[in-house]
Order: sequence, then structure tokens, then C-alpha cells
Amino acid sequence: MAATKILRDILAEGQARPAHRPWPCAAVGGEAWEQAISLLQEEQCTLLGLWGDQGMVHLALLDADGKPAILSHPCEGNRYPSVGSRHGAAIRLERAVRELSGFEPEGLPDWRDWLDHGTWPLQCPLGPAEPVSAAPKTYPFLPAEGESLHQIPVGPVHAGIIEPGHFRFTAGGETIVRLEERLGYTHKGIESLMAGATVERAAVLAGRASGDSTVAYALAFARAVEAARGAEVPARAVWLRALMAELERLANHLGDIGAICNDAAFAMLHAQFGFLREQVLRVADRCFGHRLMMDRVVPGGLRDDLPEEGQGAIGGLVAELGRRFPELVELYENTASLQDRTVGTGVLPAGLARRFGAGGYVGRASGRAFDARRTPGYPPYDELQFEVPVREEGDVDARVWIRIREVEQSLAIVGQILERLPAGPVHTPLAAPAFAEERAGAALVEGFRGDVLAWVRTGADGGILRCHLRDPSWFQWPLLEAAVEGNIVADFPLCNKSFNCSYSGHDL
Amino acid sequence: MRRMLFKSLVYGPLTEAAPPRSEAAVAELAARVDQAARARLGRTLAIREVDAGSCNACELEIHALNNVLYDLERFGIRFVASPRHADVLLVTGPVTTNLRQALERTYQATPDPKWVVAVGDCARDGGVFAGSYACVGGVSAALPVDLHISGCPPTPLALLQGLLALLESVESPSGGKKVRD
Repeated sequence: MAATKILRDILAEGQARPAHRPWPCAAVGGEAWEQAISLLQEEQCTLLGLWGDQGMVHLALLDADGKPAILSHPCEGNRYPSVGSRHGAAIRLERAVRELSGFEPEGLPDWRDWLDHGTWPLQCPLGPAEPVSAAPKTYPFLPAEGESLHQIPVGPVHAGIIEPGHFRFTAGGETIVRLEERLGYTHKGIESLMAGATVERAAVLAGRASGDSTVAYALAFARAVEAARGAEVPARAVWLRALMAELERLANHLGDIGAICNDAAFAMLHAQFGFLREQVLRVADRCFGHRLMMDRVVPGGLRDDLPEEGQGAIGGLVAELGRRFPELVELYENTASLQDRTVGTGVLPAGLARRFGAGGYVGRASGRAFDARRTPGYPPYDELQFEVPVREEGDVDARVWIRIREVEQSLAIVGQILERLPAGPVHTPLAAPAFAEERAGAALVEGFRGDVLAWVRTGADGGILRCHLRDPSWFQWPLLEAAVEGNIVADFPLCNKSFNCSYSGHDL
Repeated sequence: MRRMLFKSLVYGPLTEAAPPRSEAAVAELAARVDQAARARLGRTLAIREVDAGSCNACELEIHALNNVLYDLERFGIRFVASPRHADVLLVTGPVTTNLRQALERTYQATPDPKWVVAVGDCARDGGVFAGSYACVGGVSAALPVDLHISGCPPTPLALLQGLLALLESVESPSGGKKVRD
């Protein structure tokens, strides 16, 4: 394809950075940078991430063949040409780069701070980190003007047991005219804490970027470190990692489907799906010693092996879910009052999902058939049979159906893993680095919510110098604003739950 | 749906399907929480949950308290939408500087008598996030805390145990129903 060739040429002409693995990485100048932005703008490439480090801004891309690459642009005078000026999906990432690393994206149309609410004792924590006195900033929301419009501020403390964020609705009567999100309330400074940390401590932090995706994050981080260090992971650990990732997907999807039904006031399915979710968590606890399987995936493999009775317990779980799940799906499908709420609600147009590179059920419910387990892919999924469900409708109902189909696929995957689980050790300690220079590694892992990007730069002693984690929510949150437009305010919780974006994973 | 409802009638509550060990613990805790709750709080305790920057794992487990297996509401303990209806603030997370003001306002909006329960290891002292520029470092750095429930995240059982401990401390002569300025 032409676009693939353009990207290859950009990489070939740039200054290759061989210390980056496993994806090709090159430092490029202004012209190649602009060409890459054009590829994004023309939707011939997909944005995977954008972050600052060591006087450079890094742009991770996925080409049309599903091959990732990283382009790096030097920030002379702490400036670089904005990607967001021509590609909307990058705007919030660039606002974060500006306030965290201190690099000014020249031409970025949004000057407002994003994660920095003026409460930190320092400025640009990943850059110069200069002390400042905290002074809360006012945040001008974008205006929506018209006759009899009114605003509804919601949050950051919400009515339910959910994470904090602020939603500013402008409504005309019952109808949402504009929604604007303000996030950053759960910013904990995770990337700063990781800088200079040991691999072990950084892995613990990565596992707490977004608790519901702790396995996906731990796996993405471990794979990035292993790529940088050139470490091999024992086969049994590779397969058990996938087993844990699928259990995490099952637990979250089951919980989500129930919670969406609950937001449509159908409590019975909420109770039923909640019961199934609890079964998954209890089996995870029995098999891996932690209900959410936190800190079980570590660089080099796994912390512990699956106990002997584990295979039987998981087999029993798969059988039970296989028995109970279909009748609940049937009930979802045949309840008119529920369908009335979910069908046609919160429609995300396919074009927007594609342009923003929305991952997970958000993208797949709007026609974007991307799954990181397939493309770029990672073991053991290349040896497993599974389908990636796709729908075109883009409404709440479609996002429920993607989850339903993925539950079925995950059950099938777990079954295959149990059948073929290799024997052997589950951990190979990382060898002391056999190189004197810094190395960098990247990985893309499919969490239940979508693709998680992890990038690390490690020092000669093997410690973490810098780690960047990009949650799938970065490309889903902005689309929620679009999907709720024209819906009634009362349907917002339903739309929001069907997206189920992570606040913590986004805010870090 | 009729078929499923009928089945529920015939087969009894789903609770019975749970493994015996943890079921026994749940049942034991259930009886104790129930007694203390009745004695002190007229059979109700209203909880307002506030996420002060957690990774959302604590929220998942607090949610689990409401599932059919733990069924928190049978004890008269329920989650409410507004701090103005709450007796207890259940606070998770290391308290980010960005959320501190909202947390303090939530506390101020809660009528006396009130209790604050800090949930999770990072709510105790910042946990793995301690030392960050963006964290206050534990709930007690922002609010007076009556009880910590540890765990990363605490299991639903640990959360139940924690609520029991709170009720017991309320029962002691020095505890009483505290009134704060």
C-alpha cells in the first residue's frame, strides 16, 4: 500500500534508533513529521500514542498493515510541530505532553491545561519539575450558545460508586446539545514515580494504572521490559498470562453487561451477571491468589504457577458460565423494555471511531475490527482460534453485543488454553543487562477495554528511566462526547457505562 | 423471563451456590454486623463512597458488596447518592491534590454524626503512590479518619469486617456518635 510505503520511507530516511525494540523507531525532521501527520489526517495510519522524553516527542503509529512504528521529533527550544492541529485524536495527548514534559506543541488549537489543575507543587513533573506554589486554575469550558440552553455541571464526585470526573452538559430541554469532559482528578503522577524505579516497583505501579485492567497493564509493561532487555519468557508463562488476561476480560465484560442493564433499570440481569462475575473472581482468587490477579504477571514470566487444582477449577468455571450465560443473553435479547433503552441510543458513527483509532468494544461496535491480539498480535494468540466480533450500529446495544460475543470467544480461548497448557517453569529471572547503553521497548496488549500501550526506557543497570502507559480510554473519552449528542440527559449514564472508560488509566 | 423467575423460586437464592468456606465467613459476619447495626443505628447505615484517586480496584470490590452473594443491604447498610444522606464516607485512593477540595467539600456536606472509613492501602498513607507530587498521601492527611480497611484492594469480606469494626468502635463508651465541628 502507498501509505505503508510512505511510512517505511520516513523510517528509512530518518535516523534509525536501534536501541528501540521491537518496533522500528527513527528520529525525524520537520518534513517527515508533517508527512506522518498527513498520514494520520488521511486515516492511512492510526495514532497509538504520543509522549515526551529526553528532549524529544515520540509518536507511535500503526500502519495500514497493522505494523507499529515510532517516530521521534526533537524539541528544540522545547517546541515541536503539533499533531493535534491536524489530527483531533492527538489533542488531549498533546495537552498532557505540554504540562507534563514541558514541550509546546506549536499550532495546538487548545491552550487549556488538562491534567494540571493548578494543585501540584511543581510544574512539568516529567520535564524540569520546577517548584511552583499551588494555585487552582479556572477552567473555561467551551461555549454552547443558543436560545433556552442551560448547563448541568456533574461531578467530580458522582452519585454512584464510580471514579471522579467532571461532565459539563449543555442541554436544550431534555436533549444534550454538548457534553464536555474535564478529567485529571485521579492523576497520581504514576509516570514520575516510575522514572528511576526498579523494574519490580515499576511493575507494581503499572498494575495500578487502572485496577480493572491490572493484568493487561502488567502484561503490557512486562512485554515492553522484556522487549527492551531481549528477555525470553517460558512457554507456560506465556500461556498462563493469556489465561489470566481472558479471565480479566470475562469478569469485566460480565460486570459491564449487568451494569448497563442496571442503568436501563433492569435490575434482574444486573444481579445475574453480578453473580457470574463473582464466580470468575473467586476462581481467580483460588488459582492465582488474588481476585483481580494483581501483581501476578511480572517481567520474566509469572510470580507463581497455577496450582494443581487450578485447571479443574477453571474448567468448572467455563462449564458453569457456558451453561448460565446463554439464557441471560436470551433474556437481554427478548426484553422489549430493555431493548427500547439500548437500541439506537448513544450512536458513535463509524467514521469517528476510525479517525480516533478507538479500540475495544467501542471501536468494534462501530465497525473498527481492530484487536491487538490479532494485529500486531502476540503469543500465544497466534496459536489460538478466536473471532473478533464487529458490529456496525455503534449504539449501546451494539456495545453490549460485542461484549456478549467476546465473553463467548474468551470462554472458548480459556478452553483451548487449558487443553494445550505447556508444562515447565513460569519465570526466568531477567539477566543482568549485557549492554552498556540505554534500551527502549514497547508493547501493545489487548485489555478488556481496548489496546494498552506500554513503552519503557531502561538504563544500563536495568532500572526504569522512563515509562509511558497509554490507556485505550484516551481515544474513547472524546468519542463519548460525540455519541451522547442529541440524546436525552437521562440516557447519559447508560451511554457512559456502555463506553466504561477508565478515569484512572487516563489520568495516571 | 418467567421461566427464570420461576426457577429462582424453586431453587432458592443463588447464595447457596457459593463455596462453603467463604460462605461460612460471610454468614458469620452477617450475623454480627446485623446485631450491632440494629443496636446502634436503628438498622440503617448510609454510606457515601468517594473515590479520591484510587486505581478503581477498590471500587470494583465495593461494588461486589452489593452483588447477590454479599448482599450488603440485608444488613441495613446501603450506599446513597448524596453526602447529605450519609452517615459514613467510604474513601478510597491516595487523595490526589486534584481531588482534595472536592473530598473536603463532600465531608463538609455530610451531616453530623459522621464517620470516615479509609479503604485500601493507598488510602492509609499513599501506599505505592506515597511521595508523589500529585498525592496528598492518605485520607488522614485531608480528613479525620475513624477506621482504615487495608488490602490492595480489600476483598469484600475484608470490607464487611471493616464495617463491623466501625460499628463496634461506635458501640464503645468513648466512641459514641461523634459530633465534629
